[in-house]
Amino acid sequence: MRFGVVVFPGTWSDRDMRLALSGVEGAEAIPLWHKERDLQGADCVILPGGFSYGDYLRTGAIARFSPVLESVVEFAAQGGLVLGSCNGFQVLCEAGLLPGALVRNANLEFRCQWQHMVCERGDTPFTHGIHTGQVLRMPISHGEGNYVADPATLSRLEQNRQVVFRYCDSGGLVDAEANPNGSQHNIAGIVNERGNVLGMMPHPERCADADLGGLDGLRLFEAILRTPAGARGAAGSSAAPLGVA
Amino acid sequence: MRTARVLVTPKPVINDPQGATVKQALNSLGFAGVEEVRIGKYLEIQLQASSDAEARSEVEQMCRKLLANRVIEDFRFDVDPAAEADDAGEAVADAAAAGDANADKGPKAAKGARGGSGEG
Repeated sequence: MRFGVVVFPGTWSDRDMRLALSGVEGAEAIPLWHKERDLQGADCVILPGGFSYGDYLRTGAIARFSPVLESVVEFAAQGGLVLGSCNGFQVLCEAGLLPGALVRNANLEFRCQWQHMVCERGDTPFTHGIHTGQVLRMPISHGEGNYVADPATLSRLEQNRQVVFRYCDSGGLVDAEANPNGSQHNIAGIVNERGNVLGMMPHPERCADADLGGLDGLRLFEAILRTPAGARGAAGSSAAPLGVA
Repeated sequence: MRTARVLVTPKPVINDPQGATVKQALNSLGFAGVEEVRIGKYLEIQLQASSDAEARSEVEQMCRKLLANRVIEDFRFDVDPAAEADDAGEAVADAAAAGDANADKGPKAAKGARGGSGEG
């Protein structure tokens, strides 16, 4: 399975992402330069973390108009799997592939720490094999990860069960104390309605090696590989990988 | 050339922790009357457009497409209506300055100036 890892000027997690994927059996990772429209046959596109275009204007605002994003939007519309982490999540929101926006952390701090989060959907293409209710531990590293959406959007997200990850403490308790950035509903990661686009603030690529303190990120990559090709939404397939209305 | 001045501000429902922090700082400096501070962005855009209406329509599109994220931000702007008059004034001033500076090198400009005064 081929992963295309998008590189914008200012992206910084692309090499870590490719390195992490190189340790996953059956995965091949290639870089996709932001000026290219060709996704080079990628089965899954990853928008990694960093500071694309220096975060100028707003995080992800300029990256959203790069040529590669046109192809990514089209790819996602066909059901292709897209995973955005950190700055990638911000880009996905700016591009309208995911609802809401990510604003300055409520505490005004740049948070770089290990963070617990509970998985609320074990049935997405990104979380197969992770149990619903399972607590994962991943690094976060951001100053603007405070998820906001209007009340109607929030209730739709909850109703459709599009919240995949929520910040919690080590015991799985979701409360304000466990919230590192002020995100509404402790949201750490969401999918689109179809379930083929995931945005998350935590960094799975930074916990895909036991020597680096954790392996929970590896579970996400393995889940993607386990997803049957039919549910990966190959071009022309109308099969929704996730049964949300 | 016209100048557009664009203000992008966080929507009222969006929590603005920067603004809240600045508000507290102002209060602690003795500005007791400060009740709220909201921090946004100010952009100055120089643009060519054939009319004020066209300039306004372009700036509106810029705001909607890129300058503001309407999930979290509002925008407002004005386009300087006096810009063209200023431009014309500047052009005259520039030409006069160039004429002065080049009086000894530019026979054409010098001639023009003399002709002008002669006719007057």
